[in-house]
Amino acid sequence: MSQNAEKVIDHEMLFREPEYVEMFAKKKEQFEFAFPVEKMEEIREWTKSKEYQDLNFAREGLTVNPAKACQPLGAVFAAVGFAKTLPFVHGSQGCVAYYRSHFSRHFKEPTSCVSSSMTEDAAVFGGLNNMVDGLQNAYNLYKPDMIAVSTTCMAEVIGDDLGSFIRTAKQKGSVTEDFDVPYAHTPAFVGSHITGYDNALKGVLTHFWEGKERTPNESINFIGGFDGNVVGNMPEIRRILDLFGADYTVVCDPSDVWNTPTDGEFRMYDGGTTKDEVKRALNAKATLSFQGFSTEKTTKYIAETGQEVVSLYHPMGVAGTDKFLMEISRLTGKPIPESLEKERGRLMDAIADSSAHIHGKKFALYGDPDLMLGMTAFLLELGAEPVHVLSTNGGPEWAEKVQALFDASPFGAGCHVYPKKDLWHMRSLLFTEPVDLLIGNTYGKYLERDCNVPLVRMGFPIFDRHHYHRFPIWGYEGSLRVMVSILDEIFEALDANTIDTAKTDYSYDIIR
Amino acid sequence: MSLTIEETKVRNKELIAEVLKAYPEKSAKRRAKHLDVHEEGQSECDVKSNIKSLPGVMTIRGCAYAGSKGVVWGPIKDMIHISHGPVGCGQYSWASRRNYYIGTTGIDSFGTMQFTSDFQEKDIVFGGDKKLEKIMDEIQVLFPLNKGITVQSECPIGLIGDDIEAVSKKKSKEYGGKTIVPVRCEGFRGVSQSLGHHIANDAIRDWVFEKTDADKNKFEATPYDVAIIGDYNIGGDAWSSRILLEEMGLRVIAQWSGDGTIAELENTPKAKLNILHCYRSMNYISRYMEEKYGIPWVEYNFFGPSKIEASLREIASHFDDKIKEGAERVIAKYKVLTDAVIAKYQPRLKDKTVMLFVGGLRPRHVIGAYEDLGMNVVGTGYEFGHNDDYQRTTHYVKDGTLIYDDVTGYEFEKFVEKIQPDLVGSGIKEKYVFQKMGVPFRQMHSWDYSGPYHGYDGFAIFARDMDMAINSPVWALTKAPWKK
Repeated sequence: MSQNAEKVIDHEMLFREPEYVEMFAKKKEQFEFAFPVEKMEEIREWTKSKEYQDLNFAREGLTVNPAKACQPLGAVFAAVGFAKTLPFVHGSQGCVAYYRSHFSRHFKEPTSCVSSSMTEDAAVFGGLNNMVDGLQNAYNLYKPDMIAVSTTCMAEVIGDDLGSFIRTAKQKGSVTEDFDVPYAHTPAFVGSHITGYDNALKGVLTHFWEGKERTPNESINFIGGFDGNVVGNMPEIRRILDLFGADYTVVCDPSDVWNTPTDGEFRMYDGGTTKDEVKRALNAKATLSFQGFSTEKTTKYIAETGQEVVSLYHPMGVAGTDKFLMEISRLTGKPIPESLEKERGRLMDAIADSSAHIHGKKFALYGDPDLMLGMTAFLLELGAEPVHVLSTNGGPEWAEKVQALFDASPFGAGCHVYPKKDLWHMRSLLFTEPVDLLIGNTYGKYLERDCNVPLVRMGFPIFDRHHYHRFPIWGYEGSLRVMVSILDEIFEALDANTIDTAKTDYSYDIIR
Repeated sequence: MSLTIEETKVRNKELIAEVLKAYPEKSAKRRAKHLDVHEEGQSECDVKSNIKSLPGVMTIRGCAYAGSKGVVWGPIKDMIHISHGPVGCGQYSWASRRNYYIGTTGIDSFGTMQFTSDFQEKDIVFGGDKKLEKIMDEIQVLFPLNKGITVQSECPIGLIGDDIEAVSKKKSKEYGGKTIVPVRCEGFRGVSQSLGHHIANDAIRDWVFEKTDADKNKFEATPYDVAIIGDYNIGGDAWSSRILLEEMGLRVIAQWSGDGTIAELENTPKAKLNILHCYRSMNYISRYMEEKYGIPWVEYNFFGPSKIEASLREIASHFDDKIKEGAERVIAKYKVLTDAVIAKYQPRLKDKTVMLFVGGLRPRHVIGAYEDLGMNVVGTGYEFGHNDDYQRTTHYVKDGTLIYDDVTGYEFEKFVEKIQPDLVGSGIKEKYVFQKMGVPFRQMHSWDYSGPYHGYDGFAIFARDMDMAINSPVWALTKAPWKK
């Protein structure tokens, strides 16, 4: 017995105690009928080969460890970005349990969302009754100002028609006729979570804008796109726009509801874009989307109303942020504030101080298409080589844009882009063409383990590190933070590699 | 100032009446049947259970897929479990249940991986059977050491009329009788995870037991062979349980399903006794093995020393004196530890109150562990329990305990707000709601990334965790001093 009341031993160390180690060995030997260790080792080595990589890349049906989620997750993200809005997902209830858990594990915050809890009878007869009862219950219990409806794949497969269901529910008195119930069909078998964000956001805008006369003014709209760092990024964007003195509307802002205080009160709703703001946003002279691939349909719809639309692709780093600020300046007619120029200079200062440690380093990165474009550009700017850039939900159009970034930089030679690929593809790449650092979400830790490459955590979800989402990665300040997180991993790796006393510790330097 | 039992009952009844007021009439009527105040002497908690959740109320429940892939099948480490349908279900359930295992992931073990058929529109329109065949072929090439494949159906599969059974049979034959298990656990089936457990149990019966060659995986049986059923090895729970069973002289021939293998499932019919921890999720297969192979089964509870002690004796009672003595030896050996744990933590936790809302076992099973620490459970309920769970609960709960089945977000928040327990134990979706309210919280599905909580080694961790939640200095600081 190793456990100890005075100093309790946790799982991490408990199962290394001899009695457990012996128990595991016996279990394996007597009952598991596992393959011999030699066989396992042989296959493990084989999976590192080019031959295995070719077989791996020849996959047509199987997806292993993808870096994407499904549409309704993104729809819930979009819905919580509006003030006092309750996301309502029409379909099976298990899906909603998953979205809520997924967001709560990332943001360490509650995520309120309801389901219409469809079961077998609804599969046969359709989910109209679920919609009628669901809207009524949700409205009475949670007193939202708006209920934003999206769908799970079940409702999509049986062909439930949200528009007519919501109309019927209103006729039956579930909610009043004038209560706002924007909706979007968000089939999980099309696109990914960013598509769901896009559809749901377009659904809200359509609900408030359709048939309304546009009276252009001088304001601009900002749309962030699906973003795991939204809690940190959105206040940073507001700070930047405030420094310009811009008249602006952030359309969809969940940064408050996923950042509520612990002070004795649970706030189901907090912050978010109000209905008046959404209505007003129709009159803006332009809309700036920070993530073009996350807002394809929304921006198309906005452009059709007569607004100018500027779609960026997650601009980061120096040139990316420059472009972002210049667009704001152009659209608002206001000069770039001196204080932001100074921030730019400070970022440049930091890069100049540290770039020697990043220059020439090889990176692999994966994630949502917009983030990958921004990150690739930033890495090239730092003199790094983003040799594997992969996205499960990025298509050929995205790949062309990444390739264009490679082509425009001497550091892009020898770099490759991988659209519609997953993390098991990445595993092969990391064995056949190793890199110095990996950038991606929490799931990258399995690659860190298998391929022995340090992971810089970025993207969504991040479950195994706390509070990253609270800090911005946008703007000059955000970019500085991104660079610091890369440097931290580089220095950690360097220290770990030189820590052996009397063997390698001559390079265990106190000054780097 | 604590209430008398009678005052508590009145308060709880008022509380139920109060939350029901918020619902539309029809819904209030239906929810009323799920809420009750326990009266001592009742043979069952008087609540309805295992019926459909109301739409729109923010149920905490999941689905049949979660019950099959997430709970029963997912932990079988040497098989590949395909999340068959769109990408989401597999993504959200990827490695999130902490079913610990030992193995080389990606080579001979696959527990923390996400295999999906990532359905696209064309798969919905034309059906996914051809794709599923291709996927199985690709698995055979890229993961040659897999010991079997399961097909975990997501919602669309049952709606578009795919024949995953035919594909599984065909491919099994093609690969020389490989174990390939189609599971009809579409998320819309049933009312919660619970039907998924049942469907998964049935799939083991039909596609593993019925198809296993008796000469496969041979080992010499002994009179002391038992199988651990219904322990998912969350944070290592099954391990800190197994070690006690082995110490008392038993031989654990299988773990269902935490750190489990297909060979262990196949060999379970050779056990002398099945010992069942999570009754809700695996009573079905235990009953089947009793009927078919004559293996008796016994429920046990490895939370907290009182229940562990009783369980070890109960398990030993099915064996000879050697095992009975073994049980006493184990109890005596660990008494030193548990006495020290209780001596350290009971003074810090005595009379603290707890409200629970967990899945199908823990709402009753952990009560003893809290009581060993001097704490009182004042409210409890099941996400997906059935009537037989509520019957069993009467042996655990005290007079006046508030009982809430399939509690809604609204009800739970109101109950906690009013009762102000010292601790809430529930899941990730609830955790931050209550912490914001200033109420200490522990996740009782995932052990809040701690554990194990089973067995004597686990009890020390459990006690430490409850203490660190309740007695953390943060709760005294949640209100700004100028607002107190």
